[in-house]
Amino acid sequence: MATYSTNEFRGGLKLLLDGDPCTIIENEFVKPGKGQAFNRVKIRNLKTGRVLEKTFRSGESVEAADVIDRDLQYLYGDGEFWHFMDNDSFEQYQADETAMGDAVKWVKEQDNCMVVLWNGAPIAVEAPNFVTLEITETDPGLKGDTSGGGGKPATLETGAVVRVPLFIQSGEKIKVDTRTGAYVSRVKDG
Amino acid sequence: MPVEDWRPGASLHALRARAITLADVRRYFADAGVMEVETPLACSTAGTDPGLQPLRASYAGPVFPNGRALYLQTSPEFGMKRLLAAGTGAIYQICKAFRNAEAGRLHNPEFSMLEWYRPGFDLAEMMQEVGTIARLALDLPELEAVYESYAGLFQSVLGIDIFDSSAEELQAQAVRHLVLGAEGMDLDRDGWLDLLMSHLIQPQLGQDRLCFVTDYPASQAALARLNPDGRTAARFELFFSGVELANGYHELVEPDEQAQRFEADNCQRRGRGLPPIKVDRLLLGAMQHGLPDCSGVAVGLDRLLMLRLGESDIDRVLSFSLQRC
Repeated sequence: MATYSTNEFRGGLKLLLDGDPCTIIENEFVKPGKGQAFNRVKIRNLKTGRVLEKTFRSGESVEAADVIDRDLQYLYGDGEFWHFMDNDSFEQYQADETAMGDAVKWVKEQDNCMVVLWNGAPIAVEAPNFVTLEITETDPGLKGDTSGGGGKPATLETGAVVRVPLFIQSGEKIKVDTRTGAYVSRVKDG
Repeated sequence: MPVEDWRPGASLHALRARAITLADVRRYFADAGVMEVETPLACSTAGTDPGLQPLRASYAGPVFPNGRALYLQTSPEFGMKRLLAAGTGAIYQICKAFRNAEAGRLHNPEFSMLEWYRPGFDLAEMMQEVGTIARLALDLPELEAVYESYAGLFQSVLGIDIFDSSAEELQAQAVRHLVLGAEGMDLDRDGWLDLLMSHLIQPQLGQDRLCFVTDYPASQAALARLNPDGRTAARFELFFSGVELANGYHELVEPDEQAQRFEADNCQRRGRGLPPIKVDRLLLGAMQHGLPDCSGVAVGLDRLLMLRLGESDIDRVLSFSLQRC
């Protein structure tokens, strides 16, 4: 069992706490001039995404979590699992709905995603910051209307719904910022 | 290595502010008739406080051909007390102090300390003077001061009677106040007091005013004499903006009690798996000769400078912190 001493604590270090893999966001050394030293640590639970603050007695050891970030290509979904492949080793991984989280709304086949693997299994998938997706359905807007305001809902090929300007039509491709879910621009097929 | 790494962590403005602070402090003590002294930073003994770990060095050469182990001092206290016993009268020192295993936003293992002793001063007079120095160094001449007892703070902030709480009860309070991690931690009674103080009380101390915390529990007397009530010590600390800045004592002058505290410290050190530290016989000798009735205080100059400049990391006021030297 690999462990880390509090002296090794730094942002990004992966720990196993109460059975869940966590990452350190911030580590603060707290010590009264004379007295006991503590590490007060801000931590994100990688399974739930929850952020919490936890205190360790300095010098304590904490179990390490076998967590790595991998750039994987999304291959296909089978209704239950989303399948990914490491393009270097050709090793395949399957992510469930919990691990996919919000990424479900944005990824399509061939996209590369950052996947967090815990003990070799995906626990979190991050969609690329920007994706290009086709609009499958939107109300026909008025041609020539470019007056920013308002907009209308549009359904994308992945099922996600985003607000787009009125001049955008079904069948067009658009660029979306997956972090905010906002329309960025129209994409012309090259 | 990136070429930029040679640069100091402190801006030129911060370096100038440090120089001004040092000059102001020296001028104050010169005017007050307090003599500046120097004592060795590398000594054959060190403080025994279980909460402080000295850095070690070694000498080999003339006088000690077989080598001599040395400790870099965690404070200049013992040397200065020997000078007091030799009859110097009021003295101060500005020097580096060293503490192993301490690095962070408010800690660097080598830091600047201002320490002074006032024969004939009681703690009230000492706190007055510490307030004067703090206002000078912070460049906030109008700053008010408040005084709170250690037990009073635990009572008013957490509703805890520290004299009537076991380690288990203090742990339960930490858990109740949502200090995550406390539920599985193994600490002694003073460890729990430290946790509650540093996590729940200290952050709110000294907002827009100086806050002196007085009458520490007898178990945390360190080198202070005990108060007549027997359960508190004549020790204070100064906080400003939630940051600990100074630690002062009405000094213990009794050599036998000092020897007992050394032993008790080393006993605690062994219990925690820390190496015991050789007892300073020279300090005990000075105390047997006679240490004048006095108060003493140590002030962290780097932290004062941080607060003066609004910096939140000590690296920004040091020329070269641990990562840069």
